[in-house]
Amino acid sequence: MLVSIYRYNPEKDDAPYMQDYEIELPAGKDLMVLDVLNLLKAQDPSISYRRSCREGVCGSDGMNMSGKNGLACITTVSEAAKNGKLILRPLPGLPVVRDLVVDMGQFYKQYEKIRPYLLNDTPAPAIERLQSPEEREKLDGLYECILCACCSTACPSFWWNPDKFIGPSGLLQAYRFLADSRDTATQERLSDLDDPFSVFRCHGIMNCVNVCPKGLNPTKAIGNIRTMLLQRAT
Amino acid sequence: MVTQITSFGRSGLYDWMMQRVSAVVLSLYTVFIIGYLLVNPELTYEQWSALFEATWMRVFSLMVLLSIGMHSWIGLWSISTDYIKATGARFFFQSLCGFVMFVYVVWGVQVLWGL
Ligand code: SF4
Ligand code: SF4
Ligand code: FES
Repeated sequence: MLVSIYRYNPEKDDAPYMQDYEIELPAGKDLMVLDVLNLLKAQDPSISYRRSCREGVCGSDGMNMSGKNGLACITTVSEAAKNGKLILRPLPGLPVVRDLVVDMGQFYKQYEKIRPYLLNDTPAPAIERLQSPEEREKLDGLYECILCACCSTACPSFWWNPDKFIGPSGLLQAYRFLADSRDTATQERLSDLDDPFSVFRCHGIMNCVNVCPKGLNPTKAIGNIRTMLLQRAT
Repeated sequence: MVTQITSFGRSGLYDWMMQRVSAVVLSLYTVFIIGYLLVNPELTYEQWSALFEATWMRVFSLMVLLSIGMHSWIGLWSISTDYIKATGARFFFQSLCGFVMFVYVVWGVQVLWGL
Protein backbone atom coordinates (compact mmCIF):
# COMPACT_ATOMS: atom_id res chain seq x y z
CA MET A 1 0.00 0.00 0.00
CA LEU A 2 1.20 3.46 -0.90
CA VAL A 3 1.06 5.96 1.95
CA SER A 4 1.74 9.60 1.22
CA ILE A 5 2.50 11.74 4.27
CA TYR A 6 2.75 15.49 4.68
CA ARG A 7 6.22 16.26 5.96
CA TYR A 8 7.46 19.52 7.40
CA ASN A 9 10.20 20.13 9.90
CA PRO A 10 10.60 23.91 10.21
CA GLU A 11 14.16 23.47 11.53
CA LYS A 12 15.28 21.70 8.36
CA ASP A 13 12.78 22.24 5.54
CA ASP A 14 12.11 25.43 3.64
CA ALA A 15 8.69 24.22 2.60
CA PRO A 16 6.34 21.31 3.34
CA TYR A 17 6.38 18.35 0.95
CA MET A 18 4.63 14.98 0.54
CA GLN A 19 6.73 11.89 1.18
CA ASP A 20 5.68 8.51 -0.20
CA TYR A 21 6.10 5.26 1.72
CA GLU A 22 5.45 1.77 0.44
CA ILE A 23 4.23 -0.59 3.16
CA GLU A 24 3.27 -4.26 3.25
CA LEU A 25 0.01 -4.59 5.21
CA PRO A 26 -0.84 -7.89 6.91
CA ALA A 27 -3.42 -9.78 4.83
CA GLY A 28 -6.92 -10.50 6.15
CA LYS A 29 -6.89 -7.61 8.62
CA ASP A 30 -8.23 -4.11 8.22
CA LEU A 31 -5.81 -2.01 10.24
CA MET A 32 -6.59 1.42 11.62
CA VAL A 33 -4.75 4.35 10.07
CA LEU A 34 -2.97 4.89 13.38
CA ASP A 35 -1.60 1.32 13.23
CA VAL A 36 -0.19 2.08 9.79
CA LEU A 37 1.44 5.24 11.13
CA ASN A 38 2.97 3.26 13.99
CA LEU A 39 4.39 0.72 11.51
CA LEU A 40 5.82 3.53 9.41
CA LYS A 41 7.27 5.22 12.47
CA ALA A 42 9.22 2.02 13.16
CA GLN A 43 10.68 2.39 9.64
CA ASP A 44 11.24 6.13 9.78
CA PRO A 45 11.35 7.49 13.35
CA SER A 46 11.34 11.09 12.14
CA ILE A 47 7.57 11.01 11.31
CA SER A 48 5.70 13.08 13.91
CA TYR A 49 2.08 12.80 15.00
CA ARG A 50 0.07 12.94 18.20
CA ARG A 51 -1.77 10.02 19.71
CA SER A 52 -2.59 8.73 23.14
CA CYS A 53 -5.60 6.56 23.90
CA ARG A 54 -5.71 4.75 20.51
CA GLU A 55 -9.44 4.19 20.93
CA GLY A 56 -11.21 7.40 19.96
CA VAL A 57 -11.44 8.87 23.44
CA CYS A 58 -8.69 11.43 23.86
CA GLY A 59 -9.07 13.34 20.61
CA SER A 60 -5.36 13.80 19.98
CA ASP A 61 -4.93 12.13 16.60
CA GLY A 62 -7.29 14.20 14.51
CA MET A 63 -5.89 14.46 10.98
CA ASN A 64 -6.93 14.72 7.37
CA MET A 65 -7.08 11.27 5.77
CA SER A 66 -7.43 11.30 1.97
CA GLY A 67 -9.32 14.58 2.21
CA LYS A 68 -11.57 13.91 5.21
CA ASN A 69 -10.88 14.84 8.81
CA GLY A 70 -11.15 12.12 11.41
CA LEU A 71 -9.40 10.23 14.19
CA ALA A 72 -6.66 7.97 12.83
CA CYS A 73 -7.16 5.44 15.63
CA ILE A 74 -10.76 4.62 14.76
CA THR A 75 -10.66 5.01 10.98
CA THR A 76 -9.89 1.85 9.07
CA VAL A 77 -7.47 1.87 6.15
CA SER A 78 -10.21 0.62 3.84
CA GLU A 79 -12.38 3.61 4.78
CA ALA A 80 -9.60 6.15 4.44
CA ALA A 81 -7.71 4.93 1.36
CA LYS A 82 -8.71 6.13 -2.06
CA ASN A 83 -7.67 4.18 -5.17
CA GLY A 84 -5.28 2.07 -3.12
CA LYS A 85 -3.52 5.13 -1.76
CA LEU A 86 -3.62 6.66 1.69
CA ILE A 87 -2.89 10.39 1.91
CA LEU A 88 -2.27 11.80 5.39
CA ARG A 89 -2.17 15.51 6.06
CA PRO A 90 -2.44 17.62 9.21
CA LEU A 91 -5.81 19.17 10.13
CA PRO A 92 -6.39 22.01 7.64
CA GLY A 93 -6.37 25.64 8.66
CA LEU A 94 -4.19 25.48 11.76
CA PRO A 95 -0.45 26.28 11.80
CA VAL A 96 1.70 23.17 11.41
CA VAL A 97 4.23 22.56 14.16
CA ARG A 98 5.75 19.55 12.47
CA ASP A 99 4.47 16.88 10.05
CA LEU A 100 0.97 15.93 11.26
CA VAL A 101 1.18 17.95 14.47
CA VAL A 102 -0.72 21.25 14.43
CA ASP A 103 -0.80 24.17 16.83
CA MET A 104 -4.25 24.00 18.46
CA GLY A 105 -3.85 27.37 20.22
CA GLN A 106 -6.45 29.22 18.16
CA PHE A 107 -8.94 26.37 18.60
CA TYR A 108 -8.54 26.36 22.39
CA LYS A 109 -8.80 30.15 22.51
CA GLN A 110 -12.26 29.95 20.98
CA TYR A 111 -13.17 27.22 23.45
CA GLU A 112 -11.98 29.38 26.34
CA LYS A 113 -14.07 32.32 25.10
CA ILE A 114 -17.36 30.52 25.64
CA ARG A 115 -16.44 29.89 29.31
CA PRO A 116 -16.74 26.11 29.29
CA TYR A 117 -17.71 25.68 32.92
CA LEU A 118 -20.86 26.10 35.00
CA LEU A 119 -21.57 29.60 36.20
CA ASN A 120 -24.02 29.80 39.05
CA ASP A 121 -24.50 32.78 41.34
CA THR A 122 -26.85 31.11 43.82
CA PRO A 123 -25.41 29.83 47.12
CA ALA A 124 -23.91 26.36 46.78
CA PRO A 125 -26.14 23.64 48.26
CA ALA A 126 -24.76 21.37 50.98
CA ILE A 127 -24.28 18.37 48.71
CA GLU A 128 -24.86 18.93 45.00
CA ARG A 129 -26.98 20.73 42.45
CA LEU A 130 -29.62 18.28 41.36
CA GLN A 131 -31.03 17.85 37.87
CA SER A 132 -34.12 15.96 36.82
CA PRO A 133 -33.57 13.15 34.31
CA GLU A 134 -35.29 15.38 31.69
CA GLU A 135 -32.92 18.27 32.39
CA ARG A 136 -29.96 15.94 32.21
CA GLU A 137 -31.19 14.51 28.92
CA LYS A 138 -30.82 17.91 27.28
CA LEU A 139 -27.06 17.55 27.53
CA ASP A 140 -26.95 14.36 25.50
CA GLY A 141 -25.26 14.86 22.17
CA LEU A 142 -23.38 17.84 23.60
CA TYR A 143 -21.21 16.70 26.50
CA GLU A 144 -19.61 13.85 24.49
CA CYS A 145 -17.36 16.20 22.50
CA ILE A 146 -13.68 15.29 22.91
CA LEU A 147 -12.28 18.52 21.41
CA CYS A 148 -10.50 16.75 18.61
CA ALA A 149 -10.97 19.80 16.32
CA CYS A 150 -11.94 17.67 13.32
CA CYS A 151 -15.10 19.75 12.88
CA SER A 152 -13.72 23.27 13.28
CA THR A 153 -10.84 22.54 10.91
CA ALA A 154 -13.29 21.26 8.29
CA CYS A 155 -15.34 24.46 8.47
CA PRO A 156 -14.63 27.13 5.82
CA SER A 157 -15.94 29.87 8.11
CA PHE A 158 -13.37 28.84 10.71
CA TRP A 159 -10.59 28.77 8.10
CA TRP A 160 -11.28 32.37 7.09
CA ASN A 161 -11.92 33.80 10.56
CA PRO A 162 -10.39 31.52 13.20
CA ASP A 163 -9.90 34.49 15.53
CA LYS A 164 -13.50 35.72 15.35
CA PHE A 165 -15.79 32.78 14.58
CA ILE A 166 -16.09 30.42 17.56
CA GLY A 167 -16.33 27.39 15.27
CA PRO A 168 -18.57 24.31 15.50
CA SER A 169 -16.76 22.68 18.41
CA GLY A 170 -16.81 25.79 20.60
CA LEU A 171 -20.43 26.50 19.71
CA LEU A 172 -21.50 22.96 20.54
CA GLN A 173 -19.94 23.53 23.97
CA ALA A 174 -21.49 26.99 24.23
CA TYR A 175 -24.90 25.39 23.77
CA ARG A 176 -24.01 22.65 26.24
CA PHE A 177 -23.77 25.33 28.95
CA LEU A 178 -26.73 27.34 27.66
CA ALA A 179 -28.86 24.20 27.91
CA ASP A 180 -27.69 23.26 31.39
CA SER A 181 -30.36 23.82 34.04
CA ARG A 182 -27.68 24.45 36.67
CA ASP A 183 -26.16 27.40 34.83
CA THR A 184 -27.49 30.87 35.66
CA ALA A 185 -25.41 32.95 33.23
CA THR A 186 -27.60 32.23 30.17
CA GLN A 187 -28.31 35.90 29.37
CA GLU A 188 -24.67 36.88 29.73
CA ARG A 189 -23.57 34.00 27.56
CA LEU A 190 -26.08 34.95 24.87
CA SER A 191 -24.97 38.59 24.92
CA ASP A 192 -21.39 37.47 24.37
CA LEU A 193 -22.42 35.58 21.25
CA ASP A 194 -24.63 38.17 19.57
CA ASP A 195 -22.21 39.75 17.13
CA PRO A 196 -21.85 39.21 13.38
CA PHE A 197 -19.02 36.69 13.79
CA SER A 198 -19.13 34.44 16.84
CA VAL A 199 -22.24 32.47 15.85
CA PHE A 200 -23.52 34.07 12.68
CA ARG A 201 -20.55 33.19 10.52
CA CYS A 202 -21.99 29.70 10.37
CA HIS A 203 -23.61 29.30 6.98
CA GLY A 204 -24.99 25.83 7.64
CA ILE A 205 -22.66 23.98 5.28
CA MET A 206 -22.62 21.04 7.72
CA ASN A 207 -19.03 20.00 7.05
CA CYS A 208 -18.77 19.72 10.83
CA VAL A 209 -21.56 17.16 11.08
CA ASN A 210 -20.04 15.22 8.21
CA VAL A 211 -16.72 14.65 9.97
CA CYS A 212 -17.44 14.46 13.72
CA PRO A 213 -16.01 11.10 14.86
CA LYS A 214 -18.38 11.05 17.82
CA GLY A 215 -21.44 11.52 15.61
CA LEU A 216 -22.36 14.86 17.14
CA ASN A 217 -24.31 17.61 15.40
CA PRO A 218 -22.81 21.09 15.90
CA THR A 219 -25.07 22.60 13.21
CA LYS A 220 -28.14 21.68 15.23
CA ALA A 221 -26.63 23.18 18.38
CA ILE A 222 -25.84 26.37 16.45
CA GLY A 223 -29.45 26.49 15.26
CA ASN A 224 -30.59 26.19 18.88
CA ILE A 225 -28.34 29.08 19.94
CA ARG A 226 -29.78 31.17 17.12
CA THR A 227 -33.31 30.34 18.26
CA MET A 228 -32.45 31.33 21.84
CA LEU A 229 -31.04 34.65 20.60
CA LEU A 230 -34.15 35.20 18.49
CA GLN A 231 -36.54 34.39 21.33
CA ARG A 232 -34.73 36.79 23.59
CA ALA A 233 -34.80 39.63 21.08
CA THR A 234 -38.38 39.47 19.83
CA MET B 1 -18.10 39.37 21.66
CA VAL B 2 -16.40 40.48 18.47
CA THR B 3 -16.92 44.18 17.80
CA GLN B 4 -17.11 45.31 14.23
CA ILE B 5 -18.23 48.80 13.24
CA THR B 6 -18.67 48.20 9.53
CA SER B 7 -21.37 45.52 9.76
CA PHE B 8 -24.94 46.56 9.02
CA GLY B 9 -26.61 46.57 12.39
CA ARG B 10 -23.73 45.69 14.75
CA SER B 11 -25.71 42.79 16.19
CA GLY B 12 -25.27 39.47 14.46
CA LEU B 13 -28.88 38.55 15.07
CA TYR B 14 -30.10 41.82 13.55
CA ASP B 15 -28.03 41.37 10.38
CA TRP B 16 -29.17 37.77 10.11
CA MET B 17 -32.82 38.77 10.51
CA MET B 18 -32.54 41.58 7.97
CA GLN B 19 -30.91 39.23 5.50
CA ARG B 20 -33.89 36.89 5.80
CA VAL B 21 -36.58 39.58 5.71
CA SER B 22 -35.05 41.26 2.66
CA ALA B 23 -34.74 37.88 0.95
CA VAL B 24 -38.48 37.31 1.42
CA VAL B 25 -39.33 40.76 0.01
CA LEU B 26 -37.05 40.17 -2.99
CA SER B 27 -38.54 36.78 -3.79
CA LEU B 28 -42.12 38.06 -3.46
CA TYR B 29 -41.33 40.85 -5.89
CA THR B 30 -39.65 38.49 -8.34
CA VAL B 31 -42.61 36.12 -8.26
CA PHE B 32 -45.01 39.04 -8.69
CA ILE B 33 -43.18 40.56 -11.69
CA ILE B 34 -42.77 37.20 -13.43
CA GLY B 35 -46.42 36.38 -12.75
CA TYR B 36 -47.52 39.77 -14.06
CA LEU B 37 -45.53 39.30 -17.27
CA LEU B 38 -46.98 35.82 -17.75
CA VAL B 39 -50.57 36.99 -17.19
CA ASN B 40 -50.07 39.91 -19.59
CA PRO B 41 -48.13 38.50 -22.52
CA GLU B 42 -49.04 41.46 -24.74
CA LEU B 43 -48.02 44.13 -22.33
CA THR B 44 -48.36 47.72 -23.56
CA TYR B 45 -46.47 50.77 -22.41
CA GLU B 46 -49.70 52.23 -20.96
CA GLN B 47 -50.35 49.16 -18.83
CA TRP B 48 -46.80 49.06 -17.57
CA SER B 49 -46.69 52.71 -16.62
CA ALA B 50 -50.16 52.49 -15.05
CA LEU B 51 -48.85 49.71 -12.86
CA PHE B 52 -46.00 51.91 -11.66
CA GLU B 53 -48.37 54.88 -11.21
CA ALA B 54 -50.14 53.03 -8.41
CA THR B 55 -48.97 54.04 -4.96
CA TRP B 56 -48.88 50.47 -3.59
CA MET B 57 -46.58 49.44 -6.46
CA ARG B 58 -44.26 52.33 -5.73
CA VAL B 59 -44.18 51.45 -2.05
CA PHE B 60 -43.54 47.80 -2.93
CA SER B 61 -40.78 48.76 -5.37
CA LEU B 62 -39.16 51.10 -2.89
CA MET B 63 -39.17 48.32 -0.32
CA VAL B 64 -37.48 46.10 -2.87
CA LEU B 65 -34.92 48.76 -3.62
CA LEU B 66 -34.05 49.14 0.05
CA SER B 67 -33.98 45.35 0.44
CA ILE B 68 -31.53 45.04 -2.43
CA GLY B 69 -29.29 47.62 -0.78
CA MET B 70 -29.46 45.89 2.61
CA HIS B 71 -29.19 42.36 1.29
CA SER B 72 -26.22 43.05 -0.91
CA TRP B 73 -24.49 45.12 1.76
CA ILE B 74 -24.75 42.35 4.35
CA GLY B 75 -23.72 39.71 1.81
CA LEU B 76 -20.80 41.58 0.33
CA TRP B 77 -19.67 42.73 3.74
CA SER B 78 -19.51 39.06 4.83
CA ILE B 79 -17.60 38.06 1.73
CA SER B 80 -15.15 40.92 2.11
CA THR B 81 -14.41 39.99 5.73
CA ASP B 82 -13.82 36.39 4.64
CA TYR B 83 -11.56 36.96 1.69
CA ILE B 84 -10.01 40.44 1.80
CA LYS B 85 -7.50 40.30 4.60
CA ALA B 86 -5.70 43.62 4.02
CA THR B 87 -7.56 46.29 6.00
CA GLY B 88 -7.06 49.04 3.42
CA ALA B 89 -8.31 46.95 0.52
CA ARG B 90 -11.25 45.68 2.56
CA PHE B 91 -12.25 49.17 3.60
CA PHE B 92 -11.97 50.37 0.01
CA PHE B 93 -14.15 47.51 -1.22
CA GLN B 94 -16.75 48.10 1.49
CA SER B 95 -16.85 51.84 0.77
CA LEU B 96 -17.27 51.16 -2.92
CA CYS B 97 -20.17 48.77 -2.22
CA GLY B 98 -21.79 51.29 0.11
CA PHE B 99 -21.44 54.03 -2.49
CA VAL B 100 -22.88 51.93 -5.32
CA MET B 101 -25.85 50.86 -3.18
CA PHE B 102 -26.55 54.44 -2.17
CA VAL B 103 -26.48 55.55 -5.81
CA TYR B 104 -28.88 52.75 -6.76
CA VAL B 105 -31.36 53.68 -4.06
CA VAL B 106 -31.38 57.41 -4.91
CA TRP B 107 -31.53 56.72 -8.62
CA GLY B 108 -34.30 54.16 -8.12
CA VAL B 109 -36.39 56.67 -6.13
CA GLN B 110 -35.97 59.13 -8.99
CA VAL B 111 -37.10 56.57 -11.54
CA LEU B 112 -40.09 55.42 -9.47
CA TRP B 113 -41.47 58.85 -8.76
CA GLY B 114 -40.45 60.19 -12.15
CA LEU B 115 -38.66 63.09 -10.51
S1 SF4 C 1 -22.51 24.10 9.60
FE1 SF4 C 1 -21.60 25.99 10.32
S2 SF4 C 1 -20.11 25.39 11.83
FE2 SF4 C 1 -20.62 23.54 10.65
S3 SF4 C 1 -19.07 23.47 9.03
FE3 SF4 C 1 -20.80 24.61 8.26
S4 SF4 C 1 -20.38 26.79 8.64
FE4 SF4 C 1 -19.02 25.52 9.90
S1 SF4 D 1 -17.87 18.15 17.90
FE1 SF4 D 1 -17.03 16.20 17.19
S2 SF4 D 1 -15.49 16.76 15.68
FE2 SF4 D 1 -15.94 18.58 16.84
S3 SF4 D 1 -14.36 18.64 18.42
FE3 SF4 D 1 -16.19 17.63 19.28
S4 SF4 D 1 -15.86 15.46 18.95
FE4 SF4 D 1 -14.42 16.54 17.62
S1 FES E 1 -5.48 8.34 19.93
FE1 FES E 1 -6.98 9.11 21.29
S2 FES E 1 -8.57 9.62 19.93
FE2 FES E 1 -7.16 8.65 18.61
